[in-house]
Amino acid sequence: MAKKSVSTGNVEDLHLVQLVKEYGQSRAVDDLSLTIPAGSFFALLGPSGCGKTTTLRMVAGLEDPTSGRVLVGDEDVTMKRPYERPVNTVFQNYALFPHLNIEDNVAFGLKRRKEKDIGPKVADMLELVELTPMARRKPSQLSGGQQQRVAVARALINRPDVLLLDEPLGALDLKLRRQMQIELKRIQVEVGTTFVHVTHDQEEAMTMADTVAVMNQGRIEQMGSPEEIYELPRTAFVANFLGQSNLVSAKVVDRDGDRIVVDAHGSRWAMPTGRSVQTEGSVILGVRPEKLRVERAGGGTRSDGNVNAVNGIITDVSFVGVSTQYMVITEWGQELIAFEQNMASGDRLRTGDDVSLSWEVQHCFGLSGDDSVDAGVGGEILGVGLRPGHGASANATGE
Amino acid sequence: MPAVMTPGAPPISGDTVYVQPKKRGRVAYWLLLPGMLWLFIFFVIPLFSLFVTSLQEPLGATPSAGYGPGFRFANYTDALTTYTPEFIRSFVYAGLATVLCLVISFPLAYFIAFKAGRWRNILLVLVVAPFFCSFLIRTYAWKTILADDGFITSFFNALNVLPDDRILATPIAVVFGLTYNFLPFMVLPLYASLERIDPRLIEAAADLYAKPWTGLRKVTVPLAMPGIVAGTLLTFIPSAGDFINSALLGSPRTRMVGNVIESQFSRDAYPTAAALSFSLMAVILVFVFVYIRRAGTEELV
Repeated sequence: MAKKSVSTGNVEDLHLVQLVKEYGQSRAVDDLSLTIPAGSFFALLGPSGCGKTTTLRMVAGLEDPTSGRVLVGDEDVTMKRPYERPVNTVFQNYALFPHLNIEDNVAFGLKRRKEKDIGPKVADMLELVELTPMARRKPSQLSGGQQQRVAVARALINRPDVLLLDEPLGALDLKLRRQMQIELKRIQVEVGTTFVHVTHDQEEAMTMADTVAVMNQGRIEQMGSPEEIYELPRTAFVANFLGQSNLVSAKVVDRDGDRIVVDAHGSRWAMPTGRSVQTEGSVILGVRPEKLRVERAGGGTRSDGNVNAVNGIITDVSFVGVSTQYMVITEWGQELIAFEQNMASGDRLRTGDDVSLSWEVQHCFGLSGDDSVDAGVGGEILGVGLRPGHGASANATGE
Repeated sequence: MPAVMTPGAPPISGDTVYVQPKKRGRVAYWLLLPGMLWLFIFFVIPLFSLFVTSLQEPLGATPSAGYGPGFRFANYTDALTTYTPEFIRSFVYAGLATVLCLVISFPLAYFIAFKAGRWRNILLVLVVAPFFCSFLIRTYAWKTILADDGFITSFFNALNVLPDDRILATPIAVVFGLTYNFLPFMVLPLYASLERIDPRLIEAAADLYAKPWTGLRKVTVPLAMPGIVAGTLLTFIPSAGDFINSALLGSPRTRMVGNVIESQFSRDAYPTAAALSFSLMAVILVFVFVYIRRAGTEELV
């Protein structure tokens, strides 16, 4: 992605080295090492309590790490106070100063650093976030989305090496959130500053970030571009937390060139060796719901070298506009989920119909058999607000 | 006790007043009625009577001859010229006590609001605990503690820091007494407004390059302003009209206007006492008005 550096000074990589934060007995952040390249939009994604906010606060200097180091470029800032760090934060719920107007809120950092030409700089920044007419208002007179932009402006105007965003869109309604995602991305591209964005909303993370790190229990489970992580999750937690997955326990029974053959409850399926974390013993075979084809049993596809298939009975059909979501129960009693685009006309499948599910071998991914099939279920479901029928997923981690 | 009459303190609350949409029915007026009646009978009528008394004319050469109705405005000029030192002293002592209260209370309230954790409630109870014992008795107790042969006076005398070699019967004792007695009135409103400050705002100030002291000055104090104004008013107004502390801990040289009013009333010199009371009230009202304007917290009143 082309980035033009409009208003940033020197942009530096952010390094976290073996960062640990303990609260009494519990480890909020567990030996976290991470390099965030300069100028990237980086998302720390995880359920509440996974340590993502704690990590962010340690970078900001609002929390002292139990051990480990934080470096901005070559400079070790671990022991520095928040006001000594080249880092600014957009707080959850914004934390705008209620006694100051928008202009003074935005100018706050510059005034503390006794910079010159504060007036024009503030005006430019308000222009960037399109809030020039609001300069004299108090924060309480602004809408949520406007307050959010003030918070961004107030932090960005200081030209930090790294901008930290702590659930910045959490307080906005869905429509405004979509709008602000695009807006934030635009601002980031325009100024070229490194953004570190903490969120529990996987869609938000995928839409905005260049790199997503999925955090769980104080550790990073997987890190990469949104496409990489989505298409090839390496743990059951990531597979379930980032979007939805069908995960089936299986045993490796054979190797066939660059494929492994597994036995899942009596069905023999193939999977590319390179897409599996483990190639021996018990594994979990996963496939994303939109990769599944749902067809009437009998006329349907059979398993061969390139396609895996299984029979089942539809237990639920939900029409969600762009797609239809099917719940299909297999012979061994597991419910699988499939999204079908609403292309076909005429013959519609109904609850109780016998169907065959099939998917291409290359879309499979293999996880360690030690993972729990239910790990990370409860994250928000991509796009549609519906969730699969089984009870384990009913508890969403709302924040 | 009529002599310590202070004007009804303005309605003070730390909360922002939210104006309700127009939904007031007659019920609101009925609910207001008892309060208005109370205010009329126990404030407006006595105030009027005090004003009438303040203009009475003497019937004879001595106060014992009694007074008759009149319009003697000279009562005011006489009283004020005679007792100017007491007036000034009242405001100086009250001002000093208020400043001392603020200096002591702010760190205390800050600690209770942000750092006390599970000790918060216990500390708040401790702040209020003195009220379980009568104001008068506590002041008497200080009279004993600060006595010339007491250990506190001996201690400071050993350091040789006391100008009169004593504490009791000096302005120090009176200002100390005022500070001590009105401290909770400063701590509680300060605590209430500090406690409402979102700690993230203080973090945000630090994140935006404000050193702790700057953050305090630019964020914490301005946000605590309603509490500071309420606390200073609650301390200053009663201190200015107080006479107990001067009577018990002071001497004739520390007489405050409250003491004069009290002695004038007890000597049956009602018009002078009334004129002084009325003047005190007027000065305090003017002071409060100017102060609130300057402090810029209109939402308080």
